[in-house]
Amino acid sequence: MSSPELELGLDTFGYITIDESGQPLPPDVVIRNYVEEAVLADSVGIDSFNIGEHYRPDFMDSAAHVMLAAIAGRTKRIRLGTAVTVLSTQDPVRVYTNFATLDAVSNGRAQLVVGRGSLTESFPLFGFDLADYEELFEEKLDLFTRLLREQPVTWSGKFRSPLVNQYVTPALPAGHLPTWVGVGGSPQSVVRAARYGLPLMLAVIGGPPGRFAPLVELYKRALDAFGHPPLPIGMHSHGYVARTDQEAVDIQWPYWKETFEKAALERGWARPTMARFQAERAEGSLYIGSPETVATKIAAMMRLLGLSRFDLAYATGRMPHKQRLATIDLYGREVIPRVRELLADHQVPSISSSHASVGVTAQPHA
Amino acid sequence: MPSGETPELRLGIVGAGRVGTTIARAAIAAGYDVAISGSGAAERIALIIEVLAPGARAVTTDELVRHADLIVLAVPMHRFRNLPHDLFAGKILVDAMNYWEEIDGVDPELATAPAGTSVVVRDWFPSARVVKSLNHVTYYKFDAGRRPHGSPGRIAMAAAGDDRAAVAAVLQLIDRLGFDAVDAGPLEAGLALEPNGSMFGVSYSADELSALLWPAASSA
Repeated sequence: MSSPELELGLDTFGYITIDESGQPLPPDVVIRNYVEEAVLADSVGIDSFNIGEHYRPDFMDSAAHVMLAAIAGRTKRIRLGTAVTVLSTQDPVRVYTNFATLDAVSNGRAQLVVGRGSLTESFPLFGFDLADYEELFEEKLDLFTRLLREQPVTWSGKFRSPLVNQYVTPALPAGHLPTWVGVGGSPQSVVRAARYGLPLMLAVIGGPPGRFAPLVELYKRALDAFGHPPLPIGMHSHGYVARTDQEAVDIQWPYWKETFEKAALERGWARPTMARFQAERAEGSLYIGSPETVATKIAAMMRLLGLSRFDLAYATGRMPHKQRLATIDLYGREVIPRVRELLADHQVPSISSSHASVGVTAQPHA
Repeated sequence: MPSGETPELRLGIVGAGRVGTTIARAAIAAGYDVAISGSGAAERIALIIEVLAPGARAVTTDELVRHADLIVLAVPMHRFRNLPHDLFAGKILVDAMNYWEEIDGVDPELATAPAGTSVVVRDWFPSARVVKSLNHVTYYKFDAGRRPHGSPGRIAMAAAGDDRAAVAAVLQLIDRLGFDAVDAGPLEAGLALEPNGSMFGVSYSADELSALLWPAASSA
């Protein structure tokens, strides 16, 4: 992990999936299936497997670190991370202990994306007020980066008890637990990631990815203004790979429709249509098609935005395990090698992502 | 950049986030003299404005009010009550905000506003000439979707307000920004432009938007 390698990963929210008769599987079966999917991902050469954090009946990712530890025990190479850890409503000390321990059991393969998340059920669940979310995230990111970079930590804040000359174990080897900041398009969040000297992960779930180019420029300019070196930039988007474009559309469409119908009702979004689905495939943020179609699009967007990391949020919705395994197999064996080939001359920031989070001095209030 | 000698081409945008900076880019392209403010000192948003809306000036909200008579309010909805009631006295105030429980938290007044959230905004700023607009089309369409007046396939935006002269000014703003402008009627009609409304988040032509706003008239 010492060269400026491209990272091509998978992200999941642990959707409850259905069996072949259309019935939802029990949660424990679903969770074990995700462990199997990660094991396959490792065996076909995928760089990372990253799990979200939600507390909802349709998502089984409420304790990513436990699933990742199980995966660690059955894999050798794949990096194990989150997408995203809702740091605003967690205790940074606990996040540190969980993931520093994961890093140990996985022999240095743990990573994090921290953010606010776009769903907010964790706020009432853990007794936080959503109105405080900016302040919560700022304070918790401040404490978390200190735990990563400068133990023992002396710290005080508004939302938890102070720490005085505190060591939190296990200590991390230098450069371990790369921590990215996930953002959805807010310029203030981009500047914050730069201020803390943390790599940037763009969550792009709709619309043309090229519109993020100005935010990428803002991030670079802000890093420079805060005195940090260039840092990696990644992107998370939804997709599905099958043998042909048509097969990928046929398999993914009903589950995408179902998922976004639900979101439209809950969140006031526009209802999904086949026209929008196809427009998102063609010009937007869906990576759905044959290995060549998906690889070409990933490579084009990585080149356009200067990305060194791409996470495919694979197989949106309740799609059965068997079809999820099929897409992981194609992504690892065909899409990733093709993306690497297409980007063979691609210049990415000359820095190791595994050193990015801790290799610079924190200047959170500069 | 215009010197600001044409008062109707001076625009203020309160809010330097995703929406505010995107509207600022479109307004600069349309020839407006744009001032933009965040919360607090102008230096806090200077880099954001320099990179995301070059040509706009980062100012304090007080300076912004002195700069323009046409002001877009594009802060997260849970923040508008931090602004004083009389801040926008006599100004045309375009309410481009949307209430999102997942961002703003549970706000019973906004969640249940029977005539839409812009009525709550007007009640907070009673001396402002509030118009609801620029809120119902996906924000990045301000970049990707703007077209010169008369272009085929132009996207439409609606404006709703009780001060008819203010609505007329906002319709002109919409057209200059690159979109067909549709008068949606009184401020209460803005309810239909909010999340969960049939016009929200979808790009429609002026005819389609009018048909959604006035179904009886279009079927007659």
